[in-house]
Amino acid sequence: MTKVRVLVGTQKGAFILSSDGKREKWDVSGPHFAGWEMYHLKGSTVDPDVIYASQSSSWFGQLIQKSNDGGKTWSTPGGEKMPDPYDPPGGMSNKFVYDTSDKTGAPLTTHQWYDGTQRPWEFKRIWHLEPSLTDPDVVYAGAEDAALFRTTDGAKSWQELSGLRGHVSGPQWQPGAGGMCLHTILLDPQNPNRIYIAISAAGAFRTDDGGNTWKPINRGLRSEYIPDQDAEVGHCVHRIAFHPSNPDVLFMQKHWDVMRSDNAGDLWTEVSGNLPTDFGFVVDVHAHEPETVYVIPIKSDAEHYPLDGKLQVYRSRTGGNEWEALTKGLPQSNCYVNVLRDAMAIDTLDSCGVYFGTTGGQVYCSSDSGDSWNAIVRDLPKVLSVEVQTIN
Amino acid sequence: MVRVKLPFPLRSLAQVGSEVQLEVKGDVTQRSVLDALEESYPMLKGTIRDHVTKKRRAFLRFFACEEDLSHESPDALLPEEVASGKEPYFIVGAIAGG
Repeated sequence: MTKVRVLVGTQKGAFILSSDGKREKWDVSGPHFAGWEMYHLKGSTVDPDVIYASQSSSWFGQLIQKSNDGGKTWSTPGGEKMPDPYDPPGGMSNKFVYDTSDKTGAPLTTHQWYDGTQRPWEFKRIWHLEPSLTDPDVVYAGAEDAALFRTTDGAKSWQELSGLRGHVSGPQWQPGAGGMCLHTILLDPQNPNRIYIAISAAGAFRTDDGGNTWKPINRGLRSEYIPDQDAEVGHCVHRIAFHPSNPDVLFMQKHWDVMRSDNAGDLWTEVSGNLPTDFGFVVDVHAHEPETVYVIPIKSDAEHYPLDGKLQVYRSRTGGNEWEALTKGLPQSNCYVNVLRDAMAIDTLDSCGVYFGTTGGQVYCSSDSGDSWNAIVRDLPKVLSVEVQTIN
Repeated sequence: MVRVKLPFPLRSLAQVGSEVQLEVKGDVTQRSVLDALEESYPMLKGTIRDHVTKKRRAFLRFFACEEDLSHESPDALLPEEVASGKEPYFIVGAIAGG
């Protein structure tokens, strides 16, 4: 029987919400890692019982947790003493060190700070974990300060794919309001050498050689907060999504503007259309309809809450430009929560499920493609991320 | 044996109580105590000191014998009371909240 497992990262722990395919009754497990900031949890598509979690704290730094039983038990990979001398040294699962080696690394240069001055790169946390589509021991991790790391041993050790941070534009990258984070990692299911990533506020990048070299894919973006409004880098991309069957078609929620590319990011066009405001953080695509897209408009970059206190998901069935408000079951007065960039997810059941979490601690589920919504939980800590696993 | 008091989040991570006892080889300094702690509990690597620079994480403090040792040299000898196990060495999270 098909089940769904929703992985929720919050500011004070992780929660796992489980249900059968009807998605009416939910079992809530947690808080796991109570008191820690859980930026992101994601399961392997190869083995859904393997889940990786990013656990961090301003006091104690970054940890990576792994579960091999669907979130019932967890461990820090390599946290035990390693009996085999050829194993990596214990306790390396949270060692994210920028690669400065002569052979593979990029010089540890500087990037732009908020005030335009240059600052050295400094690791702060992992925002996003993206397990490989083919190997449960391979995972990509997006870091702040922006860099991409990869493990090939189930998170016991991590290596930077330094060609990204070493891109010639690196010194021009700057932090967005939430920090200079690499928050989006999309693995092309049809081309194992192609990966898309996005950084606030550098923009989107693509590799076609498995991560060795990268090119900015920001042509067509315009941003008023940078001196050259259509510059190659410097855009605050909030999220990118695609449909697995059509990975050359990308949808982007930028700081302002909802964008679309039909050529793997080589050129973007705006598809904000009739949205009441085109600021926002999340964007996602229906599991079975590649041209059905979801966003949640937020009033503005200064006012991080829905317009007029009404929480509304907007859906386009035309790949953008024509949007309809989805409100049934969502609060339509006095609602001033935000929905952060990693806090929307889509299941793959026949009747497609859409999920999102709010900074007010609600996690909403629609089991009918967004037509109606129910709160699975209402009073969690601030939700940082939502992922869903469809388990057959 | 050197006694080390851990803050709550690190206790749950290392799956220990509030205090651990460590055998420290050679001189008992902050560096040798933390080395011994990480040797016994590898999951704590990186949570107290930076992996590479070994610099104390900014929001942590080190106390012993009612003194703040956070800014002392990591290679300075710790008080005899700590070396002998009479007094513990404290790893403390800086106060936060409202």
